[in-house]
Amino acid sequence: MIAAALGVDVGSTTCKAVAVDEVGRILKSAVEPADPRVEPQVLRLLEAVRGEAGPLVPVGATGYGRKRVKGGRAVTEITCHARGAFARTGRPGLLVDMGGQDTKAIRLGELGQVLDFAMNDKCAAGTGRFLEVILGRLKVPLGEVAALAAGAGRAVLVSSTCTVFAESEVISLVAAGEPLDGIVRGLCLSLASRVAALARGPGAKARDVFLSGGLALNAAMVAALAEQMGRPVLVVPDPQLVGALGAALSVLPAAA
Amino acid sequence: MTAHYLQGRYAEGAVPVAWVTSGFPVELLRPLGFHTVYPENHAAICGVKRLVTTLAAAAEEEGYSRDLCSYARTDLGSAFTGQTPVGRLPRPDLLCCCTNICQTVLYWYRALAERFRVPLVLIDTPYVYGEAPPHRLRYVRDQLEEAVRVAERVARRRVEPEELREVTRLAREGSLLWGECLAMSQSRPAPWTGIDGFFHMAPIVSLRGTEECNAYYRMLRDELADRVKRGVGGIREERHRLLWDNLPIWFWIRPLATLLAEHGFNFVCTSYTSAWAEAGRRVDPLDPFGSAAVAYTHVILNEDLRHRLATLSRLAREYRVDGAVLHSDRSCKPYSIGQVDLRQILSEELEIRVLLLEADHSDPRSFAAEAGENRLMAFMEGFA
Repeated sequence: MIAAALGVDVGSTTCKAVAVDEVGRILKSAVEPADPRVEPQVLRLLEAVRGEAGPLVPVGATGYGRKRVKGGRAVTEITCHARGAFARTGRPGLLVDMGGQDTKAIRLGELGQVLDFAMNDKCAAGTGRFLEVILGRLKVPLGEVAALAAGAGRAVLVSSTCTVFAESEVISLVAAGEPLDGIVRGLCLSLASRVAALARGPGAKARDVFLSGGLALNAAMVAALAEQMGRPVLVVPDPQLVGALGAALSVLPAAA
Repeated sequence: MTAHYLQGRYAEGAVPVAWVTSGFPVELLRPLGFHTVYPENHAAICGVKRLVTTLAAAAEEEGYSRDLCSYARTDLGSAFTGQTPVGRLPRPDLLCCCTNICQTVLYWYRALAERFRVPLVLIDTPYVYGEAPPHRLRYVRDQLEEAVRVAERVARRRVEPEELREVTRLAREGSLLWGECLAMSQSRPAPWTGIDGFFHMAPIVSLRGTEECNAYYRMLRDELADRVKRGVGGIREERHRLLWDNLPIWFWIRPLATLLAEHGFNFVCTSYTSAWAEAGRRVDPLDPFGSAAVAYTHVILNEDLRHRLATLSRLAREYRVDGAVLHSDRSCKPYSIGQVDLRQILSEELEIRVLLLEADHSDPRSFAAEAGENRLMAFMEGFA
């Protein structure tokens, strides 16, 4: 099937691209770690998903690098994540997107419209970067976090005020003989508590909580967020592609 | 305003000079022939001219915390280094400080008094919950009378009651005229933008109580009325009307204006510019001191959150706005406190979109332009 629209989400940690058909179903997708040379990477990813589609197929762009996507229509992450998530769930509620450097809490209306949103300001301690930095220090690959956290006897308390301070705190905890699995679980809870605090404003009235972003692939993180928010958290299908999907939907001819 | 700052260059030695806070009843000084300097207005000019980083750094080197208001740091830095975009600021003979806008001014003016070795008159205005009780107004009135006695000693002449009545009349008229200019934006499309208002407010702040100020606003009002009549808007196509709360982001004002105008958004009212239309109308030529005590005690930053909410709701209704941007101003804590609650209540009660935008009124180091623009874009996209 020939793609009707392409979407690209140029994030701070990863770059994502999708191709969708005329009803907005994902045909093909590609994800790479973010390259500071945005333009060639975007071209490469778009080519990877383009398939049979010609050069005139519309391109929607979102994420930090959205303005650097030549020929693309730039739309903010808030709007794109809302569109992408609603297309996959079809339900109103609170969408939490945990990205590399941004955490967004978006309240979606009955028609998927953005009713309210909040984002982390000034500080990235409540984002994926927090885990990335500290896990790097602990030499724990992201893929092992879920198993470690699930097997932990108890969570070791880690502060989430500042990534840099938390890093040194974790080093002292290891030195003091605290178990690694407990620290990893503590990290997830610490991050989740910060995200839950951000989501409290826009999310006060929402019934369902959805999670998107790269961190949603991590079962430990999903469990930690559900624990901190005190209600179940549903992961949007293909959570990492939600922004790119929303960008594609923003330029999809039928939707326009 | 240019003439005002130009006069300032030659004021020293010729006429008495007073440095005053924006919330001080400046009209009471007029009959004594004071040239008045507004450090806050001056700091705003430094903000637009992007001099704050240099001047604030000079104050920070003297030990002033970066958490202090950037206006205070800018002006102290200017006083320490002598740098200013207006050529030269005349040295004060008198410092006049009123705490109705914040407590920071008290410490800021004490630092100035120490530096310049001149008298400091302080008007302490107790914070208002609901309406100020008579004994508190009496307390403010007594201070005002004493302040004028000190000013008389500095100026070496006495104020006649008739003169006080006249300047009070002028101040009241000026505030009412300013209010009329602002109210023009209740029309659709608004004939000017809230950002224009941030610039045109300079005379009502700095030249209140003078005929020049009032002549300016008569002219402005007539021009705006003419634009309303001809249906000329402040921006090319007004699609959405917004309310702005708090001070402007002086150093980012042009990018902000462009971004909004490109997408058809106009700030048709701001709580900040309205403040000078609200307070001044309460002064009364028949009772210059008593009415000034009432007017200058009841200013938006000296009143409780309930009053803030009522003011914002009223503006939102009168100007028929579709949304509001609450500038959470790192430098102005009294103005920014409570905005999280205000945001929620406004969006629920008025069913409008409300954005909390983190920035600073004049220190660009406390503002992430990329993130700020991103928030605003996402906010505007929500109207589609």
